[in-house]
Amino acid sequence: MNYLNETIDSLHKKLADKELTSKELTEQTLAGIKETDKDISAFITVNDKATEVAQKVDEDGIKGPLSGIPIAIKDNIVSNGIKTTAASKILYNFMPVYSATVLEKLESAGAINIGKTNMDEFAMGSSTETSFFGNTHNPWNLDSVPGGSSGGSAAAVASGEVVAALGTDTGGSIRQPAAFNGIFGIKPTYGRVSRWGIIAFASSLDQVGVMTKRVEDSATVLSTMAGHDYHDSTSSEKEVPDYRANLNKDMNGVKIAIPKEFWHEGADPEVIQQVNNAIDAYKKMGATVEEVSLPTLKHAVEVYYVLASSEASSNLQRYDGVRYGFRAKDVKNIKDLFVNSRSEGFGDEVKRRIMLGTFALSAGAYDAYFKKAAQVRTIFIQEMNEVLDKYDLIMGPSTTSAAFKIGAKIDDPLAMYMNDILTIPANLAGLPAASVPAGLANGMPVGLQIMAKPFNEQAIFNAAYALQEENKFYEKIPTALKGED
Amino acid sequence: MNFETTIGLEVHVELKTKSKMFSPSPVAYGAESNINTNVIDFGFPGTLPTVNKEGYRLGVMVALALNANVENHTHFDRKNYFYPDNPKAYQLTQHDKPLAHDGWIEIEVDGKKKKIGIEELHVEEDAGKNTHGNDGYSYVDLNRQGTPLIEIVSKADMHSPEEAYQYLEKLRQIVQFTGASDVKMEEGSMRVDTNISIRPVGSDKFGTKVELKNLNSFNFVKLGLAYEEKRQSAIIKNGGSIGQETRRFDEKTGETMLMRVKSGADDYRYFPEPDLPGFEVSPDWVKEIQDNLPEPADKRRKRYVDELGIPEYDAGVLTDTKEMSDFFDEAVKFGANPKLVSNWLMGEVNAYLNDKKMGLLDTKLTPKNLSTMIKLISDGTISSKIAKKVFKETISNGTEPEGWVKEKGLVQESDPAVLTPMITEILDNNQQSIDDFKNGKDRAVGYLVGQIMKQTHGQANPKVVNKILMSELNNR
Amino acid sequence: MISKEEILHVAELANLKLKDDEVDGFVSQLGKIVNMEGNLASVDTTNIEPTYNMGDTSTTFREDKGIHTQTREQMFENVPESEDNLIKVPTIVAKGEDE
Ligand SMILES: [Mg+2]
Ligand SMILES: [Zn+2]
Repeated sequence: MNYLNETIDSLHKKLADKELTSKELTEQTLAGIKETDKDISAFITVNDKATEVAQKVDEDGIKGPLSGIPIAIKDNIVSNGIKTTAASKILYNFMPVYSATVLEKLESAGAINIGKTNMDEFAMGSSTETSFFGNTHNPWNLDSVPGGSSGGSAAAVASGEVVAALGTDTGGSIRQPAAFNGIFGIKPTYGRVSRWGIIAFASSLDQVGVMTKRVEDSATVLSTMAGHDYHDSTSSEKEVPDYRANLNKDMNGVKIAIPKEFWHEGADPEVIQQVNNAIDAYKKMGATVEEVSLPTLKHAVEVYYVLASSEASSNLQRYDGVRYGFRAKDVKNIKDLFVNSRSEGFGDEVKRRIMLGTFALSAGAYDAYFKKAAQVRTIFIQEMNEVLDKYDLIMGPSTTSAAFKIGAKIDDPLAMYMNDILTIPANLAGLPAASVPAGLANGMPVGLQIMAKPFNEQAIFNAAYALQEENKFYEKIPTALKGED
Repeated sequence: MNFETTIGLEVHVELKTKSKMFSPSPVAYGAESNINTNVIDFGFPGTLPTVNKEGYRLGVMVALALNANVENHTHFDRKNYFYPDNPKAYQLTQHDKPLAHDGWIEIEVDGKKKKIGIEELHVEEDAGKNTHGNDGYSYVDLNRQGTPLIEIVSKADMHSPEEAYQYLEKLRQIVQFTGASDVKMEEGSMRVDTNISIRPVGSDKFGTKVELKNLNSFNFVKLGLAYEEKRQSAIIKNGGSIGQETRRFDEKTGETMLMRVKSGADDYRYFPEPDLPGFEVSPDWVKEIQDNLPEPADKRRKRYVDELGIPEYDAGVLTDTKEMSDFFDEAVKFGANPKLVSNWLMGEVNAYLNDKKMGLLDTKLTPKNLSTMIKLISDGTISSKIAKKVFKETISNGTEPEGWVKEKGLVQESDPAVLTPMITEILDNNQQSIDDFKNGKDRAVGYLVGQIMKQTHGQANPKVVNKILMSELNNR
Repeated sequence: MISKEEILHVAELANLKLKDDEVDGFVSQLGKIVNMEGNLASVDTTNIEPTYNMGDTSTTFREDKGIHTQTREQMFENVPESEDNLIKVPTIVAKGEDE
């Protein structure tokens, strides 16, 4: 099966019309992954029970739009009975005994977990190069990174292995790989989706989202998995709209803000050109576009790396070799068990973040780092909210450059961190944000980022849908795949 | 050189809930290893906490009983440290906004009343339990992990081991009477850590605090603190200085032993728990809890003395534990004379409990049965001799006294119409005794009563028998 | 800047062991990042409340019902070593019990 020209609707029609059974679709999907993943390596684990599950869905009858459709799941989303590793050696053998709420919701809608996708270890990274299980390759150029941390999910969708994949986004981990792979990816408002069963990176920033080629497919999946969950006290009780049914590409009178700081000097001019073209398209569709300023944006990366690392340092303390996961051998006492399991089990980037966060929370540094960053976060949220009081949407580039080459930045953490500057704001402010394909820069995809008011995912879907119908980027086939046809 | 002692206590009390503070697993003391655990208690990846309302409510209840001010806007914090019984490697607790602050309780030492301040109270989760094998391994049981605790931090207001002892007694009593906890040291539902420092009288600077842990009874607290007073003053008198250290009390030697030297402050990297939003404890909720606070021991004691005419000392014994006091109140409610209920509880019942090494609630005695039994004695239905038999039956087997007494034919015979013919017959057959009586030998009466009792198998009402016998004797 | 001693102290708190040849690399990398984060000092945060929690909720309390959501057997599926339903770990070196 190759999903490059499929949508959830087209598949649903085939399934509902009995042109195809879910079992057949699942078998073909597994075959497609087997073939394509030789080049892409998007998956850590393929679900060998998927066919059985599909057969059950067939027996129960095809119902809603996701019924019988295989979906890929990022490997930091806990799946009962299917190995879940967060791409870390420390969880290389971890077999969950419960499932994330998002997965339960999708599965009860009949979706099939086809497998677990590669990612940066514990979602810490922007290139999927920190995975314990090796690199994933960008289907537009196999020498390039797919971005990260949801690089496996992005590459799986872009290469047509699946029609949709779940990702998680703490500082841009859905939007940046979506941009690098020429697909749509949305991070919902903080609290829109339950975090129960999401392996925590940074609790006040993490959010699960969707990655698809088509905007309307993400709308379908998000409506299905969003909503309050008693397991997650931070999940919102607001009602979930039917984003798919409410899709509306009319951009007349929509007010768009473009923060001038998003167009900073270091950005690739080719990328900027594609983004500007997209924004011009909105003008032509009747939207008003005005420049605004976010003066505190220059501190966003600082705030993010303090807060995300601090929370992560605490969230990752549970990996101690005692109850599950990797346990170091030949240790004399409990202290050695902790130290050796963690030192051997975590990769460098994870250790770096743990160190950073432990430092920021430690007695002498707490006020100057952790508390200070939390205060600057308040200021930054106010700035974002002031803009959104006046505008419906904030737009800008998703990334400062297109996908870079594997190995190009891995030894320079600071340069890697700066990649996140355009995506971090939405996480710090808890806003919904997406990346939608804007065009190609030197043959590599470029994403336009769209942010909206809290819980107004609909406005994002609408705007992204309008651009999609304008530029029809989904018709483009990733360069590295062309030879295979 | 004379020294002044300064003592502060940190008391952890397990709150009596059905489920854990942040997970729905059941709470049960003494359950099979790791049986009451789930993915949250094991700190599995992806799990999140949810707050047990009852745990928080009981915390507020204790705070109010200790006269503390309840914080209306609060949150939980993470206290980070690695230990195998602490699965997330952080404990959820309240650091900068505790549940309540500035409470007090009143103690009495040597007839003098004194208020001891309470710095703060906070709700937190308990850790699991480690046991240490001789095989180079330790073993972890996470049943207790997540049990709701309230930590009660006193002000450093105590100046002798006796004051600390009285504080603990009073604290235990107050908490127990709220019903929020069993406060049993032996089951670990109450645990005590102490800080003690000494300084020369008149010095304006406090001495170095030594932490004393592993204290398994109030008595050991007193002994441990007394040992520390001596140890520390001896060091200072010899020109030495006190190290900042944690010590434990050895029950066998009665001495304290070094556990570890504290190198600077521990760095627990507290920060607000991002997985739980902050929350409001509304003044309405606090008022509702306040209005429904169970009657405390002090008030009960006063009520027993003023309204029920119980002697001061007895009222003190009856209010020593909530179970005793509740039992007393219930029995009185069923209509028995309060003084008699009190006498029975302090006499026969206590003797039974001591003999069997049981708690009141471990027996089958119910307030209703005790009350019925006392009424049967009062109205002459049974003799006090038979009552002992009835008591044994009802406390061991839970038997309802009234029915049992009837069924076993133990009802006392008080009817003169039945007793008079029997007495006349005995007198007819014992002329010698009548003669003795006439000659002023009182012993004869005892013999005759004994004969009547023998004939009635002890069931004749002695008072009635005496009355009839005397009048019959005088008539002869 | 952050000193080598600080790095080693932080590693100790985090229960991480840095190999000798890693320490200098960590010192320089973390130093750069911490410096970058130090720019926050230039922001005036007088009277600004910190944001520690996100979302639009206030804590919803759970009702007090004790339930088993997993079996003990499930809980032990991932335990590396166990004995008699206890998690077996290398000996716990003496330290204050019960924090
Ligand atoms: Mg404490
Ligand atoms: Zn505590």
